[in-house]
Amino acid sequence: MTKFNYNAKDFKSAAEVRWCPGCGDYAIMNAVQKTMADMDIAHKDFAVISGIGCSSRFPYYMSTYGFHTIHGRAAAIASGVKSANPDLTVWVITGDGDSLAIGGNHFIHLVRRNIDLNLILFNNKIYGLTKGQYSPTTDRGFITKTSPFGTIEDAFVPGQLVLGSRGTFFARAVDSNVKHTQEVLADAAEHKGTSIVEVLQNCVIFNDGIHDYVTDPKFRAERQIFLRKGQPMIFGEQEDKGLILENGRLKVAKIGENGITREDILVHHPEEDNLGLQVALINMALPEFPVAMGVIRSVEAKVYDQEMKKQIETVQAKRRISSMDELLQSGNTWVVDGENCSEPVKFFDNKCFD
Amino acid sequence: MKNAKVIELEEVAIRFSGDSGDGMQLTGTLFSDTSALLGNDISTFPDYPSEIRAPQGTVGGVSGFQVQLGKKKITTPGDLAHVLVAMNPAALKANAAFLNPGASIIFDVDSFSEKNFEKAQYKTLDAFAELKLEDYIQIPVPITSMTKESLKELELDNKSVLRCKNMFALGLICWMFDRPLDYIEGFIQKKFGKKSPVIAEANLKVLHDGYNYGMNIQQATPQYIVHPAPIEKGLYRNINGNNATAWGFIAAAEKAGLDLFVGSYPITPATEVLQALAERKDLGVKSFQAEDEIAGICTTIGAAFAGHLAVTSTSGPGFALKSEALGLSVMAELPIVVVNVQRGGPSTGLPTKTEQSDLLQTLYGRNGESPLVVLAASTPSDCFYYAYYAAKIALERMVPVVLLTDGFLGNGSEPWRVPTMSELPPITPRKATNPELFKPYYRDPKTLAREWAVPGMEGYEHRIGGLEKNAAGAVSHDPENHHINTEIRAAKVEKVVDMIPDLEVIGDVEGDLLVVGWGGTYGHMISSVLAMQDAGKKVSLAHFNYIKPLPRNTAEVFSKFRKIVVCELNLGQFASYLRDKVPGIHYYQVNKMKGLPFSVNELVENFEKILEA
Repeated sequence: MTKFNYNAKDFKSAAEVRWCPGCGDYAIMNAVQKTMADMDIAHKDFAVISGIGCSSRFPYYMSTYGFHTIHGRAAAIASGVKSANPDLTVWVITGDGDSLAIGGNHFIHLVRRNIDLNLILFNNKIYGLTKGQYSPTTDRGFITKTSPFGTIEDAFVPGQLVLGSRGTFFARAVDSNVKHTQEVLADAAEHKGTSIVEVLQNCVIFNDGIHDYVTDPKFRAERQIFLRKGQPMIFGEQEDKGLILENGRLKVAKIGENGITREDILVHHPEEDNLGLQVALINMALPEFPVAMGVIRSVEAKVYDQEMKKQIETVQAKRRISSMDELLQSGNTWVVDGENCSEPVKFFDNKCFD
Repeated sequence: MKNAKVIELEEVAIRFSGDSGDGMQLTGTLFSDTSALLGNDISTFPDYPSEIRAPQGTVGGVSGFQVQLGKKKITTPGDLAHVLVAMNPAALKANAAFLNPGASIIFDVDSFSEKNFEKAQYKTLDAFAELKLEDYIQIPVPITSMTKESLKELELDNKSVLRCKNMFALGLICWMFDRPLDYIEGFIQKKFGKKSPVIAEANLKVLHDGYNYGMNIQQATPQYIVHPAPIEKGLYRNINGNNATAWGFIAAAEKAGLDLFVGSYPITPATEVLQALAERKDLGVKSFQAEDEIAGICTTIGAAFAGHLAVTSTSGPGFALKSEALGLSVMAELPIVVVNVQRGGPSTGLPTKTEQSDLLQTLYGRNGESPLVVLAASTPSDCFYYAYYAAKIALERMVPVVLLTDGFLGNGSEPWRVPTMSELPPITPRKATNPELFKPYYRDPKTLAREWAVPGMEGYEHRIGGLEKNAAGAVSHDPENHHINTEIRAAKVEKVVDMIPDLEVIGDVEGDLLVVGWGGTYGHMISSVLAMQDAGKKVSLAHFNYIKPLPRNTAEVFSKFRKIVVCELNLGQFASYLRDKVPGIHYYQVNKMKGLPFSVNELVENFEKILEA
């Protein structure tokens, strides 16, 4: 039995959605709205915070509290919102430029602090709102308006950055696979701490098809592997391939060949603090490996906003000063009461306020 | 060398000076607190290098602490010191220019070695002659060797022994000024007693030996008598500007019935504001040490969005980094307070020195038409009241407020009659009360302030952001809307004039010269103006705490004087602002860019010249 009986529609605002027709953002928004409805948390307690970029228009299309902030700073502003009021459910909507370039510092420190909020990283490997410049996730050599002869730098792998920043939750999904995105978002919402969900998002105008090789539904089973807690890491149209460890490295093995059975296939444990394997899963790339989808890491750790609250409660339980008047009168004070002394004048009287 | 005697003074300035590792700041602070407890009015000025431990024995590494105490109201730490404690030749050299003629100089004769003369780059081996200080009262004290002698029974390493040198000097000074040692003893016990009883014992022993040394050589040492000051009755404490600022915010949050959030990044000389707030978890302060200055203000904006009294502290370079986000708070119309403890600039500039050169950055340093309210505190203790009032304005008018203090106020301290909370005016945040009528940018027609509805309040769900909006809160690129909103944001700031007091004139309301200042120069300004008035000159002072908007009667006050001079620690930023806001007046200027406060003497000299001109 649910308390609120929300459906996705309850989270749509009246504002006209202005993303380009066919933009991957629509699908992601639908998944978010469905996820929020399913969370069964009071509508008033949601806050959606974004930075700058196409995806960052997101809060305007939601009927919750929302704050469309400035470029790169959504993570920092959301950190303030959640630290101030840990009872809120805070979502950050951001992109590869917003979070990994101009806002890189806030992004890694948000992850390090493990503040309990959900961040959806729309990764389309391009600057869309400024019409097609390369981003920190653009592949080396790629030609864009600001790299007419190809970029000469390597891209961030967002998951690597998250795990390198002591991230407790990282998941990956594809915009067009709404059902799976929802599944991942639900896990993100449930996780206590900073949940980072990278969504491979298609920019139809400036980088159309950039993820196609990975995301094409026709080859989904062969090119993507859906990782689920406690399940063997198996993929392929015939579910005949799986991941094994050989000499400490991941390898794709065919079940039934070279004596490999289902029992030899690795079982996924996102809840275990197994950074090495989880980074290896994040790094898997075509054509040698399928691309890992789903919750890759989800470990328990102390949560900043709760720790802040707890610390205040601990100090207050033993406090000797419980009001401003007590603070003002505490410590080294002395009384002036000499014969030649005048009566005190209130500061704000002295300054002739009305 | 002059003969020693008993000197009775109305006010006396003492400067403690040594290597930055010599503990001079602590020595000065303990002496100041002791004097304040005795009923003297005091004003202090720490002056230290930006390196934590600059090369030992060099002039660049000298750390100083000046305190002025007196039997009347003390408004400055004093231009020139009557007594100097110099722990080495470098300290003597660094301070030679800041001594009263005939001042007493207590110096550690053990450190006046050839090697140290070389380090301090003396040309000769006669420091006093070289610095033209022969006529001053020279009191050579073997501080290092006496300290070693004093502690030889205790099994301490050489480093720990030398660390006690400052207590010898402090004991000696306490004898010279007839100060009891009990407060200092209590401090030492509290600081070292539990952790390291032997260090506590060592410090106490050296302190007493220094005191006794003074008694024993009294033939050669002058003694000073400074009577208590006739000040306002009440409960007093010593406070510096940074702590007063922090406490002002805590008081405002309590009065407003809100939680206080501070998001800040450490920066000299503002760090102490963050520290003082982080200390107050007992009063529920949420302190967030951010990853950078930008995150400092952004977490603050987030906390304001979430319904807290939210503040951030910084200094000039950090303020520059906060500019874009400050613009967001102007656009989103969220109540935040930014305190800028100004220091010498541009760039890294003079991190530990004072200046007033961020005024124009504060007023105009953002993209777009981006008006906000600007206040400036004028003494260490009134930082409390202006921080409080900055918060009141922000919360009642839904506008970002910048409070300008400076390194001189932030680090300087003075005795402060502590108010009770009942003395402070009420603060009524503009929390929305009717969801049916709420739109994000509907305004009170009188103040133009919007309402504050925060996540968690049912029925008020809305979106705000950096994009221009219409009154209902929808994104709008409509030309008319933007034009009107730009005017409204400016008018909203101007309407804060209703909340601020008229500009006060100290002295006659008309005369030959109106001296105009703002912010942290107040102490030196008032001292110089009073000196002029005592000399029969028709000089008055108008000192500004409210910069934007200006007090309503500003032009009227100005119109009653033959001449007006604007004094500030920059090249004339307030003067140029006044030329814009109160035009048609010839503004004389006195400007100083030395990283130091004005001296009363230099102000008086300038005023006399302007009167004659």
